[in-house]
Formats: sequence, C-alpha cells, structure tokens
Amino acid sequence: MSKLAIDVKGLRKKFGSHVVLNGIDISVPVGTVYALLGPNGAGKTTLIHILSTLVAPDEGSVKVAGYDVVSEKNKVKQSISLTGQFAAVDEMLTSEENLQMICRLSGLTIAESRTRTDELLKHFDLTAAAKKLVKTYSGGMRRRLDLAISLVVSRPVLFLDEPTTGLDTISRRALWEIILQLKAQGITIFLTTQYLEEADQLADRIAVINGGHVVASGTANDLKSKLGGEVIELHNSNEELIGTVSTTGTIHDIRLSLNELALKYPQETRVSIRKPSLDDVFLLLTSKKLEESLS
Amino acid sequence: MTNITPRAFTKSSSFGLTNAVFIGRSIRLSLRNTEALIMAIMLPVMLMLLFTYVFGGAIDPGGNYVNYVVPGIILLCAGFGSASTAVDVAHDMTNGIIDRFRTMPIQSLSVITGHVVASLARNSLATAVVIGVAFLVGFRPSANAIEWLAALGIIILFILTFTWLFAAIGLVSGSPSAASSYGFALLFLPYLSSAFVPTDTMPNWLQGVANHQPITPVIETIRGLLTGTPIHDQAWWAIGWCSFILLTSLIWCFIAFQKKAGRR
Repeated sequence: MSKLAIDVKGLRKKFGSHVVLNGIDISVPVGTVYALLGPNGAGKTTLIHILSTLVAPDEGSVKVAGYDVVSEKNKVKQSISLTGQFAAVDEMLTSEENLQMICRLSGLTIAESRTRTDELLKHFDLTAAAKKLVKTYSGGMRRRLDLAISLVVSRPVLFLDEPTTGLDTISRRALWEIILQLKAQGITIFLTTQYLEEADQLADRIAVINGGHVVASGTANDLKSKLGGEVIELHNSNEELIGTVSTTGTIHDIRLSLNELALKYPQETRVSIRKPSLDDVFLLLTSKKLEESLS
Repeated sequence: MTNITPRAFTKSSSFGLTNAVFIGRSIRLSLRNTEALIMAIMLPVMLMLLFTYVFGGAIDPGGNYVNYVVPGIILLCAGFGSASTAVDVAHDMTNGIIDRFRTMPIQSLSVITGHVVASLARNSLATAVVIGVAFLVGFRPSANAIEWLAALGIIILFILTFTWLFAAIGLVSGSPSAASSYGFALLFLPYLSSAFVPTDTMPNWLQGVANHQPITPVIETIRGLLTGTPIHDQAWWAIGWCSFILLTSLIWCFIAFQKKAGRR
C-alpha cells in the first residue's frame, strides 16, 4: 500500500444543528492530485478547513501527512500550505511586501527572503507588478500571488480551495500548468472545484460530495463509466440543445431510445452521440440526492 | 515558464520575530491608509479648536477653559484612535489572510498584537499633536518633568487598554462596518465624564454614572498631574479601571480568537 498524504475516516462535523459532513472517508496517496467536487454548500470548504486545522472535527479520524489534525496540529501546520477561497493577500501591500512578509514568518532570513521573493515573482510572472499595491491587481494576478505565497517554502501537502473560480480561461490554464508542475515535484494537492473540466484535467482521483456524504469517488473515467454507455444529444435547427438521453451504448438500446425520441421531437431535430462527460455524472449524482432529500 | 525550485524549510519564525513582522505589517498598513491617518491627526486639532473657541467662551467666560479641557480632548482622541483597531482587526478576520496565518506554524494571535502596537504608535503621535496644538491655543500646564512622565504613562495605559478592548470588539463583530458602529457607541463615554464639564454641574442621577465610570478617574488624574487640580484617590481608580479592562480584554481577545477559527 502506498503512503497516504491525507487519511480521513468517519469524519463528521456539524455547526449548531446543521450537519455539514456526515461520515466522510477519503484517502489521498502521496504525490497525487485529488479533486473534491460538489455543489455550493456541500461542505467542501468545511472539509478543507478541517484538513488544514482551522476547524476541529466532531467525530472521526483525520490525518494529514501522517499527523492527526487535532492532537498534532503544529506538525500538520508544518506540512501544509493553504490557498483559501478568497485570495489571502494584503491588498494595501505590494506583492513583494506580501511575499517577503510570509518568507520572514516562515523563518527565512532577510537575505533569503529577498532572493526567494524575486524567484517567486519571476516564476509567477509578477516581477513587473512587484512594487504595485495588490488592490490594483486583476483576479488572475491575485491568484498567482496567492499561490506564490503558498509556495514560499515547500510543504508536502497543498490545499487549494476553488483555485480558479472567477478566472478567465488563459489564467485558468496557466494555473493548471503550475499545479501539474507541483505534482511533478511530488507535492500532494487537494483541491475543491466547481468546474468539472478542471477535475478532469488535473485530478488523479475525484470525489463528489453532496449532503455531507461522498456520493461517488474514483478516477474521472471510473465516474464517467458509472453512467454506462453513450449519451444521445438532440439539437434543434438553431443548434440549441433540446434534450439528452443516457443509453447503455448497445445498438439495441440506442435504437429503442431513438424510436421513442422520433415520436416526441420534430423531424428536423438533429441527433449526436457522445461519451458521457463529468458534468453528466455530476448532475446525475447531485440531482438524485436532491430529489431524495426533497421527498 | 521555468520550473519553480522547491525549497524545503522546516524551521519557523520565532515568537519575537513573528511579532516584529506583524507589527511592521500593521504600521505599514496604517501609513498606507492615508485617510484614516489624516483623520487621526486632524480630528484632535479640530476638537481642540472647537472646544476652546466655540464652546469654551460659554462654559468658562474667564478664558481658562483650555486648561480644563485638554485632558478630555487627549482621551477623546485616544478613544477615537483606538476604535480604528476594531475595524482593522475585523477586516483581517473577514479576509482570507487570517486563514493563511492560522495554518502556518506560528503564533497567529500576534496579528492582533501587531494592530495594537500600531495603534499605540498612531495614538501617541495624535496625543503629541493634541498637546502641541493645546500649547498654541493657550494651554499652560503647571506640571514638572515627573508629573509629565506620570501623565504620559497614564495616557499610554489608557490607549493600550482601549486598543485591546477595541481589538476584542473587532474580533467578535461580524464585519468591519459592524466593528465601526460598536466602537462608535463606546465613544460616548468621555462625554458622560468630567472630560468637558465638572460632574457636579450634571443632574444627580447622571453624576452617579459620570463619577463611577472609568473615564472620569483617568481624566481627573491627568488633569491633576498636568494642571495641579486635586487628584485624591482618582489615580488608583484610574490604574485599577485600566488594569481591569485591559486584563478582561486580553482574555476576551484570546478566547474570541480561538473560537473564531475558520468561521466566517
């Protein structure tokens, strides 16, 4: 068995009477990227807060880098870096000052701080803006600075809470590239995201949480194959999607579905068949849960 | 993009260094917040002029009111100045940065210490401005060097006490604007004290409040030290009140900071 960077068993957490996490089991092998998917309010951020020692669990065992998040808090803190959902930077400082501050807090000397700051500014393409106040930065620049700050010293486990929310496509791809580089260095990365494409691109394993439970986990392909075969998509003459139907992928099943659809939709409806995407999985898993909780 | 070099480092910064870094941060932030800084300097000047030239003539036609009111203005400004600590602390607690500090292997409560020290520095400056302007408008204290030092000591104790109190208020309030309004409520205390008029001119029921709240003994002590009015046991009351509020606020801060973990 490979070593686990994150090992969560039977985790429960409630705030007041509101149960946020209701028996979570997660294990993340060292050096892999793990993505946590879930709708808003599913408990993703709470889980990250528990893993990063900010919030204490009510029940269950939670180990990060081999240390218990409750009894060995300080050891955990020495092993992790957190990039939270809101860019954790000082707006009224420059990126250089932000970085130097964290360097100093991480135990680097003044000279070391300077070198490391320059190195990180250069790597994250912030050198030109180094002496400008962060409040003048774009969302993408803030995120890059945020990530740069998280990498002042290398910790074995990196938490990223919705790292690319609100970023444009170019910034998002640039960030993905950095995340993959970090993985290549052996850093374990635990991220939450609302973008299924992001999980698909980056993660070795994915867990979908909803209503406080892990409703599915596995590789992106595992999850997709849960839906079985092919998805039939129907478009009208304006190329607008007007319906999707999941099939098992056999010729028999597709033919039956098409027969049915031919009766329901106008003649000019166009048909295409594709592999299920993570979005389909996500919608299926989370909407099923939603229906259950409503009934 | 070049590959980022990993940098292993297990050592973390010492307690002293952590505090120094956070103090540097807060002072830098204070200097960058120009509007607040100008307010902190201008307000004392405006109040001093207002009380001396606008109200002073009516309260004490003899023109000696400036000698009476200076300690009051000093405390009022110190109060205003410390109140901004609540806003600064609340701002930090609602911003993601606090989560970063908390997940680092450092004493993260030092963030608050940083704000407190910056407030002490800001308010000492404001106090110096008040005293300077007071001299310009005719303040003539009778204090010798030792009395001056004692008075400054009480003023600094007062600033420290109220800064920690406002830091605690900043920790428990949900947002910077909430922190600001709680702070505002507390700033009525100086008006209900002997800061601007002697308490025996107030109705009886109000005298009870005015004579038994923390500001009055502090004012009376500073006034006595600077202008030679009788102090009696007011100095002990002043130190007692301040120490009590300071200790309570420190404990309150500590508990609130631990409790606030990860909740927004």
